[in-house]
Amino acid sequence: MKEAVITVKNLVKKFGSFTANDNLNFEVYQGEIFGFLGANGAGKTTALRILSGLSSPTSGEVIVAGYNAKKDPEKIKKNIGYMCQKFSLYEDLSTRENIMLYGGIYGMSKTLIKRRTEDLLTKLNFREYSDRMISDLPLGLKQKLAFSVAVFHEPKIVFLDEPTGGVDPITRRQFWEMIYETADRGITVFVTTHYMDEAEYCDRISIMSDGRIVALDTPEALKIQYGAESVEDVFVKIARPKP
Amino acid sequence: MKRFLGFIKKEFLHIFRDFRTMIILFGIPTAQILIFGFVVSTDIKDARVAFLDLSKDEATQKISDKICSSGFFRRVDDLQNYNEIDMAMKKGIVKAVIVFGDNFGHDLISQGKATMSIIADGSEPNTATLITNYVTAIVTDFNRELAGTSATGNILVQPEVRMFYNPELKGHFMFVPGVITLILILICALMTSITITREKEFGTMEVLLVSPLKPVHIIVGKVLPYFILSFIDVIMILVLSWFVFDLPIRGSLILLLAETMLYILMSLSLGILISTISKTMQQAIFMSFLGLMLPTILLSGFIFPIENMPEAYDWVSAILPPRYFIVIIKNIMIKGTGFMYVWKETLILMIMTTLFIGLSVRNFKVRLQ
Amino acid sequence: MQKIIEASGISKKFEATQALKEISFEVNEGEIFGFIGPDGAGKTTLFRIITTLLLPDDGEIKVLGIDAITGFKELRKNIGYMPGRFSLYQDLSVEENLNFYATVFGTTVKENYDLIADIYSHIEPFKKRLAGKLSGGMKQKLALSCALIHKPRLLVLDEPTTGVDAVSRSEFWEMLKKLKQYNITIVASTPYMDEAMRCNRVALIQNGNILSIDDPKKIKEGFSRKLFSVRAAEKYRLINSLREYPETLTAYPFGDSVHITFRNDSYNDSIYEHLKKAGIENATITESEAGIEDRFLELMSK
Repeated sequence: MKEAVITVKNLVKKFGSFTANDNLNFEVYQGEIFGFLGANGAGKTTALRILSGLSSPTSGEVIVAGYNAKKDPEKIKKNIGYMCQKFSLYEDLSTRENIMLYGGIYGMSKTLIKRRTEDLLTKLNFREYSDRMISDLPLGLKQKLAFSVAVFHEPKIVFLDEPTGGVDPITRRQFWEMIYETADRGITVFVTTHYMDEAEYCDRISIMSDGRIVALDTPEALKIQYGAESVEDVFVKIARPKP
Repeated sequence: MKRFLGFIKKEFLHIFRDFRTMIILFGIPTAQILIFGFVVSTDIKDARVAFLDLSKDEATQKISDKICSSGFFRRVDDLQNYNEIDMAMKKGIVKAVIVFGDNFGHDLISQGKATMSIIADGSEPNTATLITNYVTAIVTDFNRELAGTSATGNILVQPEVRMFYNPELKGHFMFVPGVITLILILICALMTSITITREKEFGTMEVLLVSPLKPVHIIVGKVLPYFILSFIDVIMILVLSWFVFDLPIRGSLILLLAETMLYILMSLSLGILISTISKTMQQAIFMSFLGLMLPTILLSGFIFPIENMPEAYDWVSAILPPRYFIVIIKNIMIKGTGFMYVWKETLILMIMTTLFIGLSVRNFKVRLQ
Repeated sequence: MQKIIEASGISKKFEATQALKEISFEVNEGEIFGFIGPDGAGKTTLFRIITTLLLPDDGEIKVLGIDAITGFKELRKNIGYMPGRFSLYQDLSVEENLNFYATVFGTTVKENYDLIADIYSHIEPFKKRLAGKLSGGMKQKLALSCALIHKPRLLVLDEPTTGVDAVSRSEFWEMLKKLKQYNITIVASTPYMDEAMRCNRVALIQNGNILSIDDPKKIKEGFSRKLFSVRAAEKYRLINSLREYPETLTAYPFGDSVHITFRNDSYNDSIYEHLKKAGIENATITESEAGIEDRFLELMSK
């Protein structure tokens, strides 16, 4: 039985009278690639913020990387990686400066940072870009770098918020191969995406609609359950967007 | 600890790589010291005075010479009669008039005392006070000299001080018109400066451009609502000044309102010009608020008289619109002058307004690049 | 039939980047023409040139028969434009936004209501709501209504489906199809490959170059090799192993399968042996029809 790195029991998040997350229940296991889908306004971002320690639940129990989201959000932040779509890296710093900065923020030792930085630059084929400003890099390269920085400290879980928006098809696939490789190393990947074909890369997916989880299973099982050809078809059947 | 240091290093890098932050850190303090050092002065220098000398005898000559050679004053005119005093002050030609009555010398010798008047322009209370103090000191000195040489004992010249326009020397007679000038230009320029840049930032400008609207429609269309609403602002400010500060409106109210609306139009146009140059709202706010505020406060004659500034600063002051409006508003409100005394400044403001609008229309980019 | 857009040799440079490299294309009246490509391909730059917001460095372009460089004033009255991020007035209501654009173009909402009725009906119940408070799908429909309200002959939509959920994306293309009856020509850009199939013709664009222009079906059919789909439970191991197989030419992950091409356009049982060695037991291989994305990948790697 694989260890659960995320446990969510009866999670409720309200903003005034509006219920953004309505009694969510699910678990995510170690080394899984977990896809978190839903229409805009369904409550995905709210849930993601709670899981990454940025926001606290109104009620319910949320355990991430062994820590309670309500009591120890700071401990959660120290043990996870986070990549949001557009703003992970500092545009006016170079590639190398960004990597080393985050290494420092994650509390890694100088030797470790140095070694891993060189490894990373070689692996990504980034040597020629190591001293260039991030603002000069094409989008695809930025995304790959941002992901690498998010897992630089080998956290237990990494949260990716729509990481491949607008990126060209080749880079998107390379990015997902990086995700595969990361999960293979034992790091759990929790990813939200709008690309339905990317949902198919995940081990399990959940679909949110109107604050609730309306589907949770492997992509294969959901397709059979709803008699659908693709995850997109499943999505269209059960996730109506809110006006 | 490492985390912390890493973070600090990043902050240094951000600062060094951002041109604007470097200006704020190093450019602005340098500019400020240079300006403050020269502008802020509580002395008077070459204050313009006129003399109304009805006796023209040895005594009046002596006192006049003493005053003129002190270095604090500059003789600009010799008046012939009392009627000319009001005109000279209203025109702003002189800050004070020294009046010697007829038979000055004679009274001094026969009665042991004679009177002279120092009539100062009370609409600048600080300067007026300084002038009267300095003149009084000079006269006291003259008295001492006289006492030393006189055989008869106490001979005194007693200067009588009168403040035109502001007999009680209320500070806010100087202050409040200046504040009105400052507030109006800041608010008006600020408002219009962000309106065009906001459309640029939010992307709605793109759609406006690909439409039948012409640039002049867009510009005038953005100025007009603010113009109308600012009128209400002006009424509000004047009412407050009148009630709370007892500020009089001695001249024509209609003229005052008309001039104020011209000034507002000028400020709104300046804001539009700024917004055609700025790429972001942040830039626009920086330019209109910060860029206008300090020069207006320091160099427009608001607090520190322009006459006291080095000539180079005088040139800078000449391109600042508030400098002209302060003259207009003080003249109308406090001195009660009519249009004939402010026509020059009015004309300059009109020219500036036309210039700003013209440049804005020219600068307005019909394309995105 | 008039050519709605005729462009030849359009180039545009921004500082160090060549955003468009001698682009040439034509758009016919009444068609839905799509520009398909990722961020940075040059789509927005090209659209700004079409709508006269930017001048090209080189090349010629005629829109609605008018030179886009000299005749911009006339053109701007006759194009409906929906830029990226929708560009609505966030602090005005749905109704107020629509009325504003109608008035600016010298018409009224009533006059052309039938044109937008299908689209606007989705958001009409919310017409008093501020545009800033609408969901992505609703904003999209409002922006489209505003662009159409003056019945333009040409509608230019820059990434109208980006950032919008899958359901709304689908509905949007349905709405565009219905506009055909009014003979409105539509030029749209999108990073989503699957949306290419919704257009009459598409131009695949990448890094300022057009890789191919044609009916999307024909582009698909232009795929030069035989395509196969391989499925197995262990996705990551599968793709690595397939790449190591000597007969493999290209192998790309595609959702639940891997799209593979072989050097000789065929495979034999040795592939199963190879996969078994990597621990993959139950792989299935089927021949598949190439999709637009397969063709795009093929063209990109040339």
